[in-house]
Amino acid sequence: MNASWAAIWTIARRELAAYFESPVAYVFLVIFLLLSGFFTFTFGGFFERGEASLAAFFNWLPWLFLFLVPAAGMRLWSEERRLGTIELLLTMPIAAWQAIVGKFLASWLFLIVALALSFPIVVTVNWLGDPDNGVIASGYVGAALLAGAYLAISCMTSALTRNQVIAFILAVVLCLALILVGFSPLTDLLARWASPWLVEAVSRFSVLTHYDGFQKGVLDSRDLLYFLSVIAYALFATGVVIRNHRTG
Amino acid sequence: MIKVENLSKSFGSKRAVDGVSFEVGTGEVLGFLGPNGAGKSTTMRMITGFIPPSAGSVSVCGLAVQENPIEVKRRIGYLPEAAPSYTEMSVLSFLRFAAEMRGLRDEGRSSAIRRVVELCHLESVLGQTIDTLSKGFRHRTCLAQALIHDPEVLILDEPTDGLDPNQKHEVRTLIREMGESKAIIFSTHILEEVEAACTRAIIIDRGRIVANGTPAELKARAATGKLEDFFRSITRSDTATESA
Repeated sequence: MNASWAAIWTIARRELAAYFESPVAYVFLVIFLLLSGFFTFTFGGFFERGEASLAAFFNWLPWLFLFLVPAAGMRLWSEERRLGTIELLLTMPIAAWQAIVGKFLASWLFLIVALALSFPIVVTVNWLGDPDNGVIASGYVGAALLAGAYLAISCMTSALTRNQVIAFILAVVLCLALILVGFSPLTDLLARWASPWLVEAVSRFSVLTHYDGFQKGVLDSRDLLYFLSVIAYALFATGVVIRNHRTG
Repeated sequence: MIKVENLSKSFGSKRAVDGVSFEVGTGEVLGFLGPNGAGKSTTMRMITGFIPPSAGSVSVCGLAVQENPIEVKRRIGYLPEAAPSYTEMSVLSFLRFAAEMRGLRDEGRSSAIRRVVELCHLESVLGQTIDTLSKGFRHRTCLAQALIHDPEVLILDEPTDGLDPNQKHEVRTLIREMGESKAIIFSTHILEEVEAACTRAIIIDRGRIVANGTPAELKARAATGKLEDFFRSITRSDTATESA
């Protein structure tokens, strides 16, 4: 057990270093912080709300992450395939799942760092008013889980192809589908002809449905379970894709 | 050390490797010859456990690759074709990564890195990003990675490809020296290399073994006494039309 986590940690460290050794990490962080700030203070109506909360920030995250997380995850496996290093990695004395988990954790950690860097908004809210910091904390947990779910899907699409652009587009489409099944303009449309229980059942598959709970400050184990199962399922599928690719 | 029995691999309807069997013992250097696309790399990938065989079996040090993949991988050092590496890393951090993946830590890691850096002459480029290196250095960096845990078995896919004559000579000498205490398989297109470094050679053509013997034996089978003529007489070029 210990040795297997040591290998996972070695892979994760290499992956994290790879982000920061290329401009990718810095470009990503700058764009994320600029856009999240922009959305929060303009479309989010941060000041107009007249309440001390981060709702303006968190409401936009599912849409912002929709593009940024696949951009951060698209290289994970397609780059290994393009460079041929996948052959080195998978002939090291490790199981494929260790490589998959190691790479995922590294990217997730990177995204969590990006999220943490949005702390000036938290400071601002606390300075201007008296927000419920418990709600903010649970909002961040939800945002981290959302990023993890998108990222796991990006891992899967990245394993499918050596072309990063294809990996990116596939991931965006899949993540978008997970948003739209619970996006109210669409579910309202569906509700016109479908029975309510069907609409309800479909929207349960949406990241939005489960993300919203966290934004209200409710830590529901079902929401947690949803995100963790999306992550586990997508990583398992990544393993299947990698195995099939090698079987030929 | 390495035992390959009836190994086959099909990709769709194409049979890349077809019933290949051979053995390599400690102290042997096996040269793997054949035209492009003959199935050399595919065979090596099955031995290293990178791809599973369609049929047949491979065992390394008495362990079946299919049943004990991790134990087998521990005992093998592998240089894949075209010597891939993480090009954004420095040579030193790449070797550190390889050492840690092999379970080497602290002093064991440092001494392993010192040893392979000396063997592969990488002292002058340790801090450089692999991206910026010449092909010869990149190749040797990947070779160093394969040697870092001093494995009992070495699988080298075209270890001299893209090197200049001096570097080729060095790598051959290295292979011959290491061959005294290890079991080595290496593939090549260059026939002189077989004579220079191998104790035995296998010629493979379209997935099948067509000759197996010492370099001297193989040479003797050509009318002219040249390995090249023998090679050409029993293999077909990829432009030749399929007769079967």
